[in-house]
Amino acid sequence: MTDEGPRSIAPADGTAADTQGIKIVGFLCNWCSYGGADTAGVCRFKQPTDLRVVRIPCTGRMDPLFIAKSLIYGVDGVLVSGCHPRDCHYAVGNFYARRRMEAFKAFLPFMGIDTRRFKYTWVSASEGQQWQKVVTEFSEQIHELGPNPGVRRQTGENSKVSTGLR
Amino acid sequence: MRIGVFVCSCGTNIAGTVDTKRVASEALSFADVVYATNYMYTCSEPGQQEIQKAITEHGLQGVVVAACSPRMHEPTFRRAVEKAGLNRYMFEMANIREHVSWIGTDKEANTRKALDLVRMAVAKLRFNAPLFSSKAPVNKRLLVIGGGVAGIQAALDCAEGGMDVVMVERKQYIGGKMAKLDKTFPTIDCSSCILGPKMVDVSQNEKITLYAASQIESINGYIGNFTVDIRKKATYVNWDACTGCGACVEKCPSKKAEDYFNEGLGQARAINIPFPQAIPKKAAIDAQFCRQLNGKKCGVCAKICPVKAIDFEMKDTIVTEKVGAIIVATGYDLFDYSVYGEYGGGRYPDVISGIQYERILSASGPFGGHIRRPSDGREPKDIVFISCVGSRDASVGRPYCSGICCMYIAKQAILTKDHMPESNSYVFYMDIRSPGKNYDEFVRRAQEEYGVQYIRGRVGKIYQRGDRMVVQGADTLLGVQVEVEADLVVLATGVESSSGAGELAEKLRISYDQYGFYMESHPKLRPVETNTAGVYLAGACQGPKDIPSSVAQGSAAASKVQSLFAHDTIETNPQVALVNERNCIACGKCIQVCPFGAIQWKELRGGIKKAEVLQTVCQGCGVCNATCPPKAIQLQHATDNQILAEVNELCA
Repeated sequence: MTDEGPRSIAPADGTAADTQGIKIVGFLCNWCSYGGADTAGVCRFKQPTDLRVVRIPCTGRMDPLFIAKSLIYGVDGVLVSGCHPRDCHYAVGNFYARRRMEAFKAFLPFMGIDTRRFKYTWVSASEGQQWQKVVTEFSEQIHELGPNPGVRRQTGENSKVSTGLR
Repeated sequence: MRIGVFVCSCGTNIAGTVDTKRVASEALSFADVVYATNYMYTCSEPGQQEIQKAITEHGLQGVVVAACSPRMHEPTFRRAVEKAGLNRYMFEMANIREHVSWIGTDKEANTRKALDLVRMAVAKLRFNAPLFSSKAPVNKRLLVIGGGVAGIQAALDCAEGGMDVVMVERKQYIGGKMAKLDKTFPTIDCSSCILGPKMVDVSQNEKITLYAASQIESINGYIGNFTVDIRKKATYVNWDACTGCGACVEKCPSKKAEDYFNEGLGQARAINIPFPQAIPKKAAIDAQFCRQLNGKKCGVCAKICPVKAIDFEMKDTIVTEKVGAIIVATGYDLFDYSVYGEYGGGRYPDVISGIQYERILSASGPFGGHIRRPSDGREPKDIVFISCVGSRDASVGRPYCSGICCMYIAKQAILTKDHMPESNSYVFYMDIRSPGKNYDEFVRRAQEEYGVQYIRGRVGKIYQRGDRMVVQGADTLLGVQVEVEADLVVLATGVESSSGAGELAEKLRISYDQYGFYMESHPKLRPVETNTAGVYLAGACQGPKDIPSSVAQGSAAASKVQSLFAHDTIETNPQVALVNERNCIACGKCIQVCPFGAIQWKELRGGIKKAEVLQTVCQGCGVCNATCPPKAIQLQHATDNQILAEVNELCA
């Protein structure tokens, strides 16, 4: 981590987000979903361009902090995808991930974040078509929700703790 | 850090929908980037030299290549930067082909996305540190799962090379599907004459330990050092003593056991040796049909056995084997024809599957090689073959081509004519798929020399008329409905994945597709490797295959194993967890969650306990990293700082 923190914060009216488009970060496990996204690419399955992929070894590596940090600082959506349950390259990593993310989801409203901005799913390396479907649907959902105002932005400017009710 | 960025155009693969020049020029403004360029084919030799040249000329300490998927070329570029003197982990890849240029056509949006991905890669690289491998010993023993022709080939090749081989087969005999075939296409070779000697070689080779009637219970470990538990199923016959004389089979009073080897066409005894050439030639009791085991008074086999091998008290036993590599050759199963209700397979005794017909043709089959109908034992005169039963039909969930049926129908039609020159054969087909050496010529021979009538069209219905079957279908070339009266109908059932393929994949931690076929590492360039190091594929477990392809894959997998076993040690993956002892609070949570038992306690002076990672056992999943409350344990090359640096770039 650099000490500077995030470099710049987009203005609350969302103008910067409009020019830059919606940003979705995808945390994909190396063995299944990253391969599935590759398969979708190889098959030329067209997808929305909002997703930015971070490759992680296993969904078991997912620290809820990664999701929280992304959403707090204004990424518009977070998608986590790994191997199907029972098919984890590391045997059980996705079971840990499933529990953590399920628990974490319940905390999102407390943080003032719409739970619809976060999704986790299982896509195997052969399921290119499934990946296309997941990305398309999630991107559409985030587009409907619009740019994420970000908790930090709101509290920073209005000195008001977000209620999560918008 | 001095970072260089190389943006690949990949011909037009990337440059077609991403402004690669702009990506390179804008990348120059990213923190620490001192050099950025765009190249036509970065993975080519001049492309790699370009990187190496820039490393020396610009004193680069880290390199980012924006190109294809790291699953494709990360190893290539890591080697390239290593040759120029950098540590191979001072390298990052941004995937701007599979994840950008190939999935969108909006050049502006794509370029923006590519820039983001490069920015993320640069941000991560700034936190990279050189990593160094250690060495782990390689156990030069091979496990082959499945004793079909692919597995046999792999086992014999490796045994020939002087390696110890453990072969596990779940049936009581090896040989797989090929052992059931009468002849093989396109040469009409006798199947058991070409496979039999290989089966004998397996049983006689001192290097090969064969566990028949056994299954994989569990697999632990990693490349070079796997520990495998094998469940030896109770056969109720002590195979160390059994000589395969067959006296027990002759005298067994339970004569209505299922004859699996003959595909249910005949009836077997409860104690059985499936076929004369069976390897291992040992008897086994089918517990379902044995009188003694079902509480009735019998034990005839135990009385008759000259070596007292029968043991009704036998239980499953688990044996543990240690191996360094695994070849999976579990083969395939055949589609259940009863799914097509309109064909009446399973309802009409004279509607049979291709493999059943194969047993009928075989001299060791239920009718001794004379073609007879299962219903009344009469010799059939008119025979109809129907292709694509469970192939190329999305409505039954089998949209793929099984690849072998067109050929085996042609073979069976030719053999039918050889057996009974007066007979008539009809083939209903969708398309004839016969790519392979001498394959198409073979089908033409069936049509032209043997007078087999090929009718292009699907069959709609099969029903009984008297003691014959009526096949109603369409001839789409003539555009008419046709009706053929037949004595016997053979359904060319398609290939599907072996039953239990998914469970085994989970034990091996390899991927499989939606049909249950195992996934190779790369469809073209790594056809026998899996994504789990040290596990290789051979034969139809990877997808439908004929015998030559299965044998070729068996040998290919064997050669992969031999190149692995040519080394006494392998380099371990340094992307493992590492404990920062100053931050470790000794809560032990990492020890609890580690799926591999790779973390243990370590005692410092004064009895202070800290967690310690066993580098050769750690597989690098990172579960411990996500669990550790003070974040004292960090997965190297995917630390919290590295992942958050990437995320930060998107928040900016």
